[in-house]
Order: sequence, then structure tokens, then C-alpha cells
Amino acid sequence: MSWKAGSKLEKLLSQGHFVVTGEVGPPKHASPDGILRHAELLKDYVDAINLTDNQTAIVRMSSIAAGVHVLRAGCEPIIQMTVRDRNRIALQSDLLGAYSLGIRNVLCLSGDHQSFGNHPTAKNVHDVDSIQLIRIVKDLRDEKRFACGEEIKEHEPRFFIGAAANPFADPFEFRVLRLEKKINAGADFIQTQCIFDMERFERFMAMVRERGLHKKAYILAGVTPLKSARAARYMQQSVAGMIVPEEIINRMEKAKDPKAEGVAICVEQIKHLRTIEGVAGVHIMAIMWEDIIPTIVKEAGLYPRPQAE
Amino acid sequence: MIVAEAKPLEEIADLLGEVRKILVVGCGGCVTVCLAGGEKEVGIIAAALRMMYKKNGKELETLEVTLTRQCDPEYVEMLEKYITDDVDCILSLACGVGVQFLAERYNKWVVPALNTKFAGGTIEHGVWEERCGLCGECILHKTGGICPIIRCSKSILNGPCGGSQNGRCEVNKDIPCAWQLIYDRLKALNKLELLLEIQPPKDWSKARDGGPRKVVREDVRIE
Ligand code: SF4
Ligand code: SF4
Repeated sequence: MSWKAGSKLEKLLSQGHFVVTGEVGPPKHASPDGILRHAELLKDYVDAINLTDNQTAIVRMSSIAAGVHVLRAGCEPIIQMTVRDRNRIALQSDLLGAYSLGIRNVLCLSGDHQSFGNHPTAKNVHDVDSIQLIRIVKDLRDEKRFACGEEIKEHEPRFFIGAAANPFADPFEFRVLRLEKKINAGADFIQTQCIFDMERFERFMAMVRERGLHKKAYILAGVTPLKSARAARYMQQSVAGMIVPEEIINRMEKAKDPKAEGVAICVEQIKHLRTIEGVAGVHIMAIMWEDIIPTIVKEAGLYPRPQAE
Repeated sequence: MIVAEAKPLEEIADLLGEVRKILVVGCGGCVTVCLAGGEKEVGIIAAALRMMYKKNGKELETLEVTLTRQCDPEYVEMLEKYITDDVDCILSLACGVGVQFLAERYNKWVVPALNTKFAGGTIEHGVWEERCGLCGECILHKTGGICPIIRCSKSILNGPCGGSQNGRCEVNKDIPCAWQLIYDRLKALNKLELLLEIQPPKDWSKARDGGPRKVVREDVRIE
């Protein structure tokens, strides 16, 4: 078997394992200690860890540097790369650098607008969009050429290419078509926005299967454990492109132990997602609550994790 | 048109500083239409400045002229007779282009009275919106006549991004998502297939990224 990138993530997915990925937000300082601790903690419970790229436009350690720390801790990184802060020159340069440091998975994103972050007066770049970035990463790998068309004579970077999909954004009818565009551009795997509205996600997946997209890329369903009813309400009302049904908020409100309830809901969701045809794994986003991931993975019956052959 | 908006009066006074006589120059073009720098606004700003200086115990003399267009040397020339030695400063109520044309032509200190905002149009009386990002290579035929370069907060060419919800942009609920508009429009025109094509990266060298731009039309040059 010849691999596109040969990352552990690619191997596990292509061997048919139901994959689990986690997410770590790099720190707002220059010490790797927190990342190393999280990587140690998650190492046996997830197959790869996403490193966010200045998430919500707040300055943090770069995802590539954080990815290298994760790698050193013996864990597989997926670096997120947004097109908000870098033009095609910087993006490709960083891709070469990331690959040289051992990183093999990249998730291509638009990035949250800088008005959300701690530097709202910054200039944004958006030289290319996320779909164009996917194609650039694919062309570096499969065509051995830079975005300008120039040939890469040797040592082309060979990434396993990820993209995001948000079944909860609008227009709903177009979401599957846009996913298809991303897959046509070169996405090998997809991580979705966190799912709370299961009914809408099922409709999305039905459309995905209708177009055979689950056979062209691996779809990892995003989940997020809720910590409190307030957090749920906040996501429902203030996070763009997110749907949190009232019944989930009700469950959180009624719970004696909201954190335990949040974990229970998340575990139920994962068990359900496993039964949906075309879902190749789950992506657990528990930013600021990474410590809970092992519990969720165990309770969802996904522990121990498989070894890549 | 170019849409501009007056700077706060205090700021203008601050920029002018210690002056005794100024030439307040309006423009009869875009900024007259968007009610920022026409003859009427020249009168208002000049009067307000005089009052302000007076309150602070200072004398300010204002000469008021409005040119047909400040972005045209032919009209800028007509200002010459007002540029006397005792004029300390020119306050231009044109867009940034007009301000520069005055500065290029006359050996006087020129101060901008407006903030030049964007290329747009009137939505209703008193409301103007941006429509064109002056990218140098128009693609409106691909997007149903709605500009993604300037109306999408991220200039996405293969939108909409995952932040689009209920027709609104993730940046702010007051901003319509350009890509929802594009989608609706292409759907209504039965041209949704246009959205399935992957749009390649844009050639920004045609925009300001290629350096300051110039248009030369040999066919209409005189000589
Ligand atoms: S595509 Fe370019 S030229 Fe056309 S409206 Fe948009 S910014 Fe202006
Ligand atoms: S929500 Fe719409 S307008 Fe806003 S950045 Fe996304 S695609 Fe562009």
C-alpha cells in the first residue's frame, strides 16, 4: 500500500479503524509545559491531536511549534492552518517547515475573523481561501509544484490533508456541495463543527452518502462535552455557525451534576455517531477541559486505541 | 462613487492648529452626493471652525471655494487665484484623491477634512454601503453581481464559510453574508452550477498588491 502521507492518522483510517482525535489550544505564552502535559495525558486515548492556529484570532504559540512539542511527547499532531494571517508565500513556507519538523497532517481553515480576537485592529490577509489552500497542499504533494506552478525538484512535503465542514451553517442545502468542493480540491479527511443537533447532522450525512462523499474522504464527527447549562446557552446564542437544541440545554439545566451530564451526553452522542454510515471517527473538542477526554473515550468504549500497522 | 465622511470637528481643528487664514475647498463630485464635502458642507465646517476658534479667543478667517472636481487638474487650476501668501493652510473636503491633487499642485500645507471610506452607493437617504474593493479584475459575472472580494468579510472566493448563519456574516449580525446573497441570487437565476466550480486563487497583482496602479489609454491621449 502506498500512502499519500503515511501519517498514523491516514493509516488508521485506511485500515478501517474508528478514529478518535482530540484538540489542544496552544498557550498564550512561550512555554511548552502545558502542551507536553496534555499530550502525555491524551497520548493513549486519542490517535492524533489538533493544534489550533491562533483560535478566535487570539495570539498564541504557533500551531506548528505546538505540533512539534506534541510530536516530541510521542503523539501525532494535526496542525491547523488558517488563511487569515498568511499569504500563499508564508503558507507554503510554513508547510515546508512543518514537514521538515515531522508534521504530517494539516487541517486547512478560513480562520475566525480578527474582530473576535485580541488584535481587532490587525489587517487580515485572505490571499487564498480554505478551499484554495487545500488545493495548494495537494499540489505540493501530488503535482510536486508550488502554487505558482513552479516545480519542486526534490523533497516535496507530503501531507494528509484535512478540511472542516459545518453542517450547522447556512445555506444548509449547499453545505454538502461545499464539502464536495473541498474533497474535489484534495481533502483526505474532514472534521466537522461540534454536533449537538443530531437530527440535522443525520440529514447532512444522508446527503453525503447520496453523493458518495463518505467514500472519497474520511469524515470525523465533531463533539464537545458541555460543562454547564450556561456554556451551552452561550454556544447557542453567541457562537456563529452553531446549533444547540433546547432539549440539550434543558438536560444540562436539570442535571444535579452538570459536568457529569455533559460527559454523559457526549458519550451518548459518540455511541450514536458510530452507528451512522459514513462517519469514520470522532473529533473531541474539549478546549480548557482536555483532562476529560480520557474519561469520554473510555466510557464511549473506544479504549484502548488501535496501533497503526 | 467614493464615499467619505467628515472627521470630527475637534480633530480637524487639532490638525489645523495655529492658523489665521485657511482656504476651505469643497468638491462637486462624489462627496457632494454623499453629503460629506460639497458646497453646503464647506459652509457648515467653515462656520463651525470660526466659532470654535473664536470661543478659544482666536481669530480665524475662512475662504470658501467648491471646485467641480478636485481630482481633475483642469478644475484644481481654478484655485490659483485664492492661493495668496497669507493663506496658512488648505482644508480639503474632497476624498483622498482630491486632497493629493491639491497638495501636488500648490505649495501649501493641505489638511484632509474627511475620512475616505469606500467605493459604494446610497442605500437610502443618509445610508451608504460599500460595493467594490477595486480589485482590478472584476469577477461579478461569476457571482451573480454580488462582490465577494469586498462584501465577504474574508474575501472568500469559494464561500460561504462555516460562520454564515441565518443569512448573516459571522463578524456581525448587521452584515449580510455575501455568500448567502450570492447563493440566493444564483439559485433564483438557475445558475447554481457556477458555485460548484473551484475558483482558483485570485491574481492580486491586479489589485493594490501589485503596487500603485495607473491606467493609460493611448487611444484617447492628446499629442
Ligand atoms: S470583483 Fe473586484 S472589481 Fe468587481 S466589484 Fe468586486 S472588487 Fe470591484
Ligand atoms: S459569513 Fe459569509 S460574509 Fe462572513 S466571512 Fe463567512 S462567507 Fe464571508
